[in-house]
Amino acid sequence: MYNFEFEQPTTVADAVKALSEEDAQALGGGQTLLPTMKQRLAMPSKLVSLTAIDEIKGVKKDGDQLVIGGGTTHGTVAREAAASYPGLAGLASKIGDPAVRNRGTMGGSLANNDPSACYPAALLASGGTVVTDRREIAADDYFQGMFTTALEEGEIITAVKLPIPEKSNYQKFEQPASRFPLVGVFVAKYAGGVRVAVTGASNEGVFRWTEAEEALSGDFSASALEGLSASAEGMISDIHGSSEYRAHLIGVMTKRAVTAAA
Amino acid sequence: MPKDSGIGASSKRREDVRFLTGAGNYTDDINIRGQAHVYFLRSDVAHGKINGIDSSTAEAMPGVVRIFTGKDFEGIGGLPCGWQVTDRHGEVMQEPPHPVLAQGKVRHVGDPIAAVVADTAEQARDAAEAIEVDLEELPAVINMKEALKEGATKVHDDLTSNLCYDWGFVEENKGAVEEAIQNAAHVTTLELVNNRLVANPMEPRVAVGDFERGTGNSTLYTTSQNPHVIRLLMGAFVLGIPEHKLRVVAPDVGGGFGTKIFHYAEEAFCTFAAKAINRPVKWTSSRSEAFISDAHGRDHVTKIELALDADNNFTAIRTETHANMGAYLSTFAPSVPTWLHGVLMAGNYKTPNIYVNVKAVFTNTVPVDAYRGAGRPEATYQLERVIDKAARELGVDPIALRRQNFITEFPYDTPVAVTYDTGDYGATMDKLEEMADIAGFAERRKQSEAKGKLRGLGINCYIEACGIAPSNLVGQLGARAGLYESATVRVNATGGLVVMTGSHSHGQGHETAFPQVIADMIGIDESMVEIVHGDTANTPMGMGTYGSRSLAVGGSAMVRAAEKVINKAKKIAAHLMEASDADIELKDGAFSVAGTDKSVAWGDVCLAAYVPHNYPLEDIEPGLEETAFYDPSNFTYPSGAYACEVEVDPDTGKVTIERMMAADDFGNVVNPMIVSGQVHGGLAQGIGQALLENCVYDENGQLLSASYMDYAMPRAADLPNFEVDHSCATPCTHNPLGVKGCGEAGAIGSPPSVVNAVIDALNSGGKDVPHIDMPMSPARVWAAMNGAAATGHGTAEGRSLGGASS
Ligand SMILES: Cc1cc2nc3c(=O)[nH]c(=O)nc-3n(C[C@H](O)[C@H](O)[C@H](O)COP(=O)(O)OP(=O)(O)OC[C@H]3O[C@@H](n4cnc5c(N)ncnc54)[C@H](O)[C@@H]3O)c2cc1C
Repeated sequence: MYNFEFEQPTTVADAVKALSEEDAQALGGGQTLLPTMKQRLAMPSKLVSLTAIDEIKGVKKDGDQLVIGGGTTHGTVAREAAASYPGLAGLASKIGDPAVRNRGTMGGSLANNDPSACYPAALLASGGTVVTDRREIAADDYFQGMFTTALEEGEIITAVKLPIPEKSNYQKFEQPASRFPLVGVFVAKYAGGVRVAVTGASNEGVFRWTEAEEALSGDFSASALEGLSASAEGMISDIHGSSEYRAHLIGVMTKRAVTAAA
Repeated sequence: MPKDSGIGASSKRREDVRFLTGAGNYTDDINIRGQAHVYFLRSDVAHGKINGIDSSTAEAMPGVVRIFTGKDFEGIGGLPCGWQVTDRHGEVMQEPPHPVLAQGKVRHVGDPIAAVVADTAEQARDAAEAIEVDLEELPAVINMKEALKEGATKVHDDLTSNLCYDWGFVEENKGAVEEAIQNAAHVTTLELVNNRLVANPMEPRVAVGDFERGTGNSTLYTTSQNPHVIRLLMGAFVLGIPEHKLRVVAPDVGGGFGTKIFHYAEEAFCTFAAKAINRPVKWTSSRSEAFISDAHGRDHVTKIELALDADNNFTAIRTETHANMGAYLSTFAPSVPTWLHGVLMAGNYKTPNIYVNVKAVFTNTVPVDAYRGAGRPEATYQLERVIDKAARELGVDPIALRRQNFITEFPYDTPVAVTYDTGDYGATMDKLEEMADIAGFAERRKQSEAKGKLRGLGINCYIEACGIAPSNLVGQLGARAGLYESATVRVNATGGLVVMTGSHSHGQGHETAFPQVIADMIGIDESMVEIVHGDTANTPMGMGTYGSRSLAVGGSAMVRAAEKVINKAKKIAAHLMEASDADIELKDGAFSVAGTDKSVAWGDVCLAAYVPHNYPLEDIEPGLEETAFYDPSNFTYPSGAYACEVEVDPDTGKVTIERMMAADDFGNVVNPMIVSGQVHGGLAQGIGQALLENCVYDENGQLLSASYMDYAMPRAADLPNFEVDHSCATPCTHNPLGVKGCGEAGAIGSPPSVVNAVIDALNSGGKDVPHIDMPMSPARVWAAMNGAAATGHGTAEGRSLGGASS
């Protein structure tokens, strides 16, 4: 690790100020950023820890949506969203191990936008909104390819708003080594239709499987997916699976998610 | 009744108290006043020419003490290879130099180019980043078959080719084997890859070099399985330090699995640099560094043919293997695919004709050497897979086919030069059938099918050779070392004992098991015996621990030394009781005179030896301390039968192990709990190899599985509750304890049963899949079921080492 300065503000306003310095970077749970720094692949001059900012923590129900602070840990989401949004809580409960879940945050996961991260699938399938210190961004506009988002330099995710679906489920097929999703599918059924988001599979990061959404919006059952297959085009191909295999798993995991949700 | 102490008792591992409470003393716990730290600048290309190294900026950076490059090692020896193989044509293997720091060229990702010594490890790393290396990248050879082609890029310019040796065994059998194959009623052929593995002991390697200016003595603290071997190799061949001026200490070591046998550049560097800068020098490997600097394991590509007559008797076996050596010859690398592999090719079967051909190949990859089982898993895997394939082709029961061909009479001379002293393969198979409830399998399969899963049952046998010996034979086979073991038994004046053993414990539990033997011999409490190991300063010259040799060879040396002690103590007791030594008996910690009620306690005899007031000084010396060196007359041959039941998810290809059973014959067992633990660990690693672990290079020689993000280690949740048994015991006939060795069996015996089970499952689902290479990842199993590509570029399939899967 290279040397860096460390600040731990207690308000979003102070954090934004601290982040306006060149090469300053926000630190959430550190579960991605710290290993990267230890490998000397990142060298921020200053880390601005968000862990002491209470206003960006917690899970709240607000009408028919769930509002989750950007600094809320996966562990907290797993516990506190269990009653209102079990599909989301189920996802959170399977990220990494207890140590990762007790440190890692939803804001950190969404800001990082790893193509194999779990939360992006939940946000996109829920048609949620990312709330930052300066604006609100719709999920469909937020993800811009692997490790790329609509966030600007120094912009902090303060909260995420997720409309609560009637039914939902997340199925994660683990990559054997990292246990991140090789393919993860989040299915959410709303009065207005079904949304299906796929993570882990595509070179472009999380995406919506619109053919499946159409089929499921008419008939929310696994059999509605019969005959549908995701294209292998653009899917990741690596030592853990070919693009064809990933495309195949999208179909399998979507069916399983629908069955588990229905 | 289970015993509660001595041989046969499951005494609790006394060393675990310190390991589990943070009181261990590992090499990284050793910090010497004034020590500096070294960071190795390693090659990030697989093959390259060093046109220049500019370290001027780095030298001026904070804390930097000195920067070393290959130039500093020009007059110094390279890392020696401990085994010379002679090929089919009577020529000795090609043996390239292996410099401590690169001399003009780098030959694998991770090859050390320069070493920065600084006050702190971070400063050393900072400075290393400021070194400018003018490195001209050259084409790399990764694929073994490509490496052997005419005109292939050579890993070593000075060698005639990338072929290290072309070994034939037994060369005289070749013609007979060919004939038997031609005349066979049936021949089953199988091509397979034994996947390359990274050992991944929990503790990464560490070295601390120290030089005492006052005495001129050097000390190396290192994570080694055999400190005396390191002292000999490094002292005599690399640095030219006589052994009496060099001490090597391997304190608590957190797992080795073979990869800590070898002498590594970092050890020689720290010892050398400590003297050069007159400060202790410490190196602690990071996990990432371990992936590119610890010797890897396995990496064989094999074609095996099994010939059978019309009655399904095995008539011949022929195998052809390409074995990857990596870029340099690691300490015992040449012996692994030859003498630890070819001699096991008979397995448990009375096949009359066997011929083994091995081509060892240099590639631009990390050196490959022994890993848990070393050669024997590779032999067992191909043999037990081809037998299973033959059974399927012939439509016969795989257990019956094996039983029919079992060796049943001992001693048995195999056609591959070894003599099995004893064994009972039918007994372990009987035991296995009972444990595995083979009769109930059909019902369990039905239950799995009701859940939409395919269920398979795989079984296999194994034989292994442990305690590799005797020295005069291995010398003829090319070993440049003896393979005896040593022990000194020191009795203290008040009756307690210290055993100084040349064996080394890095997790095996010697500190518990060895005292059980001594306690039994004398009839005293185990707590009166202490085991000392791992320090050349206070143990006799010994060869260390690998190849499941500790108890069979080291334990035998200890028994011999203890016998000498007891014989002398009997003489002292005879004197004290005014009897003849021939009449003295030792039992329950007391000497008595046969046929009388005269008796003297063990402790009183010990005291007399050190306070020799009433003592036969004219006949025997005072003191009670003896040393023995034990050189076995043969290998030991543990054997067994394993079974595995898997479920396969046909939608995803994911395999789960539902049951895993092991029936082993280890001969006599000193501590059943420790033995079970050794088998459990071996099974975990065997299952890891079969389902998860894979060391993968891309075509340019970049390591793709270079961290735990991509190298899949087995975890507890991947494993079932193991059922292990070692009640079938045919004691070894040639060592005093009748023990055989159990450290590697689990890793040798399990991979074929896992693969056999998966193939069985797929076939039960109507998928005619003859073979899947390990690891049987979900992607590979799914691809095999659907005739599709499993993985993307740069994969094991992509590199297709010797053409097995091309
Ligand atoms: C062993 C292990 C297993 C894992 N398994 C999984 C898994 O299965 N699935 C999965 O999805 N993830 C997994 N992760 C990743 C984990 O979920 C991380 O916690 C998460 O990706 C990053 O969150 P963090 O709070 O730790 O962010 P950090 O590491 O602190 O930061 C990551 C990035 O986000 C930025 N950032 C942090 N917080 C904010 C914010 N509020 N606003 C704006 N930018 C911010 C940082 O500047 C940095 O660029 C795993 C991690 C580990 C170590």
